[in-house]
Amino acid sequence: MIFDVELETMPREELEALQLRRLQSLVSRAYHNVPFYRRKFDEAGILPADIRSLKDLARLPFTMKQDMRDHYPFGLFAVPKDNVVRIHASSGTTGKATVVGYTKRDVKNWARLMARCLMAAGATSLDTVHNAYGYGLFTGGLGAHYGAEELGATIVPISGGGTNRQVQLLRDFEPTVICCTPSYMLVLIEAAEQAGIDIRKLPLRIGIFGAEPWTDEMRREIEERAGLTAIDIYGLSEIMGPGVAISCHEAQCGLHMFEDHFLPEIIDPETGTPLPPGSTGELVLTTLTKEAQPLIRYRTRDITSLNYVPCKCGRTHVRMQRVTGRSDDMLIIRGVNVFPSQIETILLETEGTAPHYQLIVDRQGNLDTLEVRAEVNERFFTDEIKGLQRLEGKIRKSIKEFLGVSTKVTLVEPRSIERSVGKAQRIVDLRKKQ
Amino acid sequence: MKCEQISIFLENRAGRLSEVTRVLAESQINIRALSLADTSDFGILRLIVSNFEKAKQVLKDNGFTVGRTTVVAVEVPDQPGGLHNILALLSTHGVNVEYMYAFVQQSGKNAVMIFRFDRTDQAIEILTQGGLKIIPGDVLYTM
Repeated sequence: MIFDVELETMPREELEALQLRRLQSLVSRAYHNVPFYRRKFDEAGILPADIRSLKDLARLPFTMKQDMRDHYPFGLFAVPKDNVVRIHASSGTTGKATVVGYTKRDVKNWARLMARCLMAAGATSLDTVHNAYGYGLFTGGLGAHYGAEELGATIVPISGGGTNRQVQLLRDFEPTVICCTPSYMLVLIEAAEQAGIDIRKLPLRIGIFGAEPWTDEMRREIEERAGLTAIDIYGLSEIMGPGVAISCHEAQCGLHMFEDHFLPEIIDPETGTPLPPGSTGELVLTTLTKEAQPLIRYRTRDITSLNYVPCKCGRTHVRMQRVTGRSDDMLIIRGVNVFPSQIETILLETEGTAPHYQLIVDRQGNLDTLEVRAEVNERFFTDEIKGLQRLEGKIRKSIKEFLGVSTKVTLVEPRSIERSVGKAQRIVDLRKKQ
Repeated sequence: MKCEQISIFLENRAGRLSEVTRVLAESQINIRALSLADTSDFGILRLIVSNFEKAKQVLKDNGFTVGRTTVVAVEVPDQPGGLHNILALLSTHGVNVEYMYAFVQQSGKNAVMIFRFDRTDQAIEILTQGGLKIIPGDVLYTM
C-alpha cells in the first residue's frame, strides 16, 4: 500500500513542475530570511529570480556541515524563533553540535514522510511498532515515533538500550514492526536466543533498519535469523531525520527518495560537478519544504547513485542505492556519527596526551568497537599505573560525554603513531567492507 | 638519602623491553635493580642504574618516554619480621607505600628494598629515627 498515493506516484513531469515551484519558493525564502544564504548568493552573483528551471539548481552554492557549525546554534533559521516548535542536535564537542529546528508544519511533514516509510516497508495502522531508536536530541527515536502515530499504528517507545527488557517486550507486546540499527537487531537476536526465545516464532514481520552502513550479507542474516523482512531506511538529522528515503518491500531494490520534499543530486566530490543520472558520487540534497531551517545543496558526504527507472511498487520517486561510503572521514560507530576531529579536540583538551592519535574501528560479534590510541605526553608522564589509568578513564569519559560513544582508550608511546596528515594513518577500519 | 629511579613507559608489545636493555647495554650502563608494573595495554619499567643521567639521555635519544622518580633504599634485616617492622612503623605514622621492590644484592647481612612513598621526606625521617639504615644514592648506584 502507498500512504500518499497522489504524491508518491506522481508522473515525473508533474513531479518536476512541483519541485521547481517549491525550489523557487525555497530559494526566495532562504535569500530573504537567512543572511548566510543572501551573502552566499550575492557572492555567486545569483538572485532568486534566476532560478527558472531545475537545471539552475547547479548554479547555487553548496551548504556544508561546517556552515551549520559556524552558525551555531540558530544562525540558519529562516523563521522567527517563536515559530520553531522543536530542536534536535547531532553530537559534537562543546559548541560544535549541528542544530536543526522544525516548525509545526516541518514536524507534520516529517511525520507524514515517516508514515510513508512505514507503509512502504509493508506496515499499516493495524501494526504495532517497537521503536528502539534512541529518543532525545538524536532524530531517530522521535522521527519514527511521530510517523507511527501518523500512520495510526501502535507505538512502543522503548528507545535504545536495556537489551533484555527489549527482548521481553518483543515477546509480551507482540510488535509486528521493529525500528533500530541493523547491528542492534543482531544484538537483540542473540539476546533472544540466550533467553530461549525464538524470534522467528514471534509476530514480528518487518524490520526497518538504518542510521549506519550495512551489507547485503547482514540483511540476509537478519532476515533468516529473525524471520522478518529487513527494510533499509535513510535519513540525516541536518536534512530532517529518518524518513528521507526508504526501500519498498515490493522491490527491495534501492531506496525511494521522497522527491516532493527533497531534491537530490549526485556530484563529483572532488570537483563539485553534477554527474549524469546513474553515476556514483556524493549525494547533495535540497530541502524543498523545510520552513525552520531550509538547506540548499547540502553536501551529505554519503556516496551513492540514483536510479530513475520506474519501480514495480508504483512509486515514481527516484531510488538511491544503499550508501556505500563517505567522501569525508566521518565514522559511524553503532549508529553514532563520529568525526576524528572531535576526538582530536577532546585529546587536546585533556592534559597528559599529545594530539597524536589513531582510531581503530572493528566489529566484535555484531557491535562496532572504537579504540582510541593516544600518545602519552612526556611532561605528564607518571610512573604510577593508577595515574595513567586515571588518564585513560578521563579520556574515555569525555568521549562518552561529548560524542555518546563508548571507546577503549589505549595509551601508547610518544612518536609511535606515524606523523602523517593523511587520514589513512589516523583511522584503521577493520570492519568487513561490502 | 634519596635515590633517583628511572621510569619508562612501555607499550605492551613484543621486543619493547629488550629494546631498553639493548640501549643500556650498548652504553655500558649497569642495571642495579628493576621492577615492572603492567596492565593489559602498557607497562612501567622502573630501574635503578649505575649512571642515571647517562641512562636517561640514551633512552630519550632512542625515543622512550622517561620519567624521574625519587625513591628510598632501605636496609631490611634478613630475618622473620624484618620487613614487617618497617611497614608497621610507617603505618603508625600514616605514610603510604606506593610501591616497593627488592634490590638484587645484599648489603652485609641485610637485604635492600626500594620504596616509593607518598611523603618521601617524612618517611626518611621516621625510618632514620627508627634506627633503620638508609642507603644513599651514590652508594647504591655502585653497589
